[in-house]
Amino acid sequence: MTGLRHLLSAADLDRPTAVTVLDTAAQMAATQSREIKKLPTLRGRTVVNLFFEDSTRTRISFEAAAKRLSADVINFSAKGSSVSKGESLKDTALTLQAMGADAVVIRHHASGAPHRLAHAGWVDAAVVNAGDGTHQHPTQALLDAFTLRRHLAGDADNADGVGRDLTGRHVAIVGDVLHSRVARSNVQLLTTLGARVTLVAPPTLVPVGVEAWPCAVSYDLDGVIADQQPDAVMMLRVQRERMGGADGGGSRTTSFFPSPLEYTRTFGLDARRLRMLPDHAIVMHPGPMNRGLEISADAADSERAVIVEQVANGVAVRMAVLYLLLAGEREAWS
Amino acid sequence: MSSGPAVPGAPAEEPTPVPVAPPPAAETPADDDAGTEVLGPAEVQRSLTRIAHEILERTKGAENLLLLGIPTRGLPLARRLAQRIADVEPGVDPEQLAGSLDVTMYRDDLHRHPTRTIGRTELPAGRSVDGQVVVLVDDVLFSGRTIRAALDALNDLGRPRAVQLAVLVDRGHRELPIRADYVGKNLPTSLVETVRVRLAETDGVDSVVIAGGTR
Repeated sequence: MTGLRHLLSAADLDRPTAVTVLDTAAQMAATQSREIKKLPTLRGRTVVNLFFEDSTRTRISFEAAAKRLSADVINFSAKGSSVSKGESLKDTALTLQAMGADAVVIRHHASGAPHRLAHAGWVDAAVVNAGDGTHQHPTQALLDAFTLRRHLAGDADNADGVGRDLTGRHVAIVGDVLHSRVARSNVQLLTTLGARVTLVAPPTLVPVGVEAWPCAVSYDLDGVIADQQPDAVMMLRVQRERMGGADGGGSRTTSFFPSPLEYTRTFGLDARRLRMLPDHAIVMHPGPMNRGLEISADAADSERAVIVEQVANGVAVRMAVLYLLLAGEREAWS
Repeated sequence: MSSGPAVPGAPAEEPTPVPVAPPPAAETPADDDAGTEVLGPAEVQRSLTRIAHEILERTKGAENLLLLGIPTRGLPLARRLAQRIADVEPGVDPEQLAGSLDVTMYRDDLHRHPTRTIGRTELPAGRSVDGQVVVLVDDVLFSGRTIRAALDALNDLGRPRAVQLAVLVDRGHRELPIRADYVGKNLPTSLVETVRVRLAETDGVDSVVIAGGTR
């Protein structure tokens, strides 16, 4: 149906395929409001969660998604495994292959590791990128698109906006774009779905080469909110752990902006900026949040914020991805 | 309903419709490429009207009755049955009678086919299957595997008091111990033939066509 073998990048998805994934996710979400949430669909399939980098919600989300579809789940985290003894990605992959994994969900600190795993011929399994370095995090973009479509394209008859895309919607993605794989995946996917994206960030946190991305760039959050009235604002986490300053802790951020307080004043979403948004606009955050830095408690807990819903939608979207990659006949792929 | 003597291999006189039900005036064989039409719009309507009455008779009214159509074509059939039941039974809202039950994720042949699109499962607003008499509705009953999947899907939704099965066409060749309670038409077929059901809602016209074999 989709012809997908792996999900490595949001760029793998054209518009019909992306809409198919979101529609499938809508049906999955419908099953998750039932008393019995488990479906027998992937009985006998094995999904390995291969996490070389810390993660709570993504790993738990994939684990829940696989288990709700009755797949067997093996969790593998680099800490406490042979990776800490120096085992290479290749040897780890060969081990997984020997164990008969049908899908490998991989998060890795190196950009491109999932691509290597998928194309090096080490494993037969379908590979799902759960975040690689500062490159891609396609399932996060899909769950963001799913959440956006529900709120901006859904109506009484079609709450999930099934069959629709995001044509004509405007999304502002605000904050640490430089270190954000979420921003990269979202720019690609939301544009594919017909939305217009504006990145808002201090110049130090805008990546080199952003001119080539299919989006606008601004350094002025108030201006974007007041003049362009976006349908959604997506706040990005300030990734202090990737800012690598010499002296550890919160002051690392100083290599990218003068002070956390100044960042908050210029690029944080607070009650004042929340009031400037149009009435229908929603507030998103991929989590985990730095409350008081990129988003104030007022904004994070307001009725506009769909941050908790994003987590719930994450399970449905990952169920859809696993279903589309694993349920059909395997011959069709090769 | 007893099925008539099907003689698929018999020397062809004329492409005769299966001699079961009272012979409808004109069962027009469609052009040869498209196969033989065994039910036309009028016959489909009559079958559904009869099934609707049989359901009402057997369940003694429409209380606690729920018709669940299996997408794609079971759903319009369930809606039509609900409408007919509402026409003869006072105080019945057809909207509250019919829903859809998608069985894709419960199929036993998922890995034998390209990935299937998942359909919608939707009960009428405010209704659950618990304690209800659920009538599953589908267009063609063949191997019985779809109905097996439907029983599993239903089981995850709740615990009906009873489950019955209504189909427009029963073409035989069961692979599981499953039978229909209400049948529009028994169509003895050979395995090489295909039975194609078209409905006005999905295909623009009501018809049942057999193709592929030598009839």
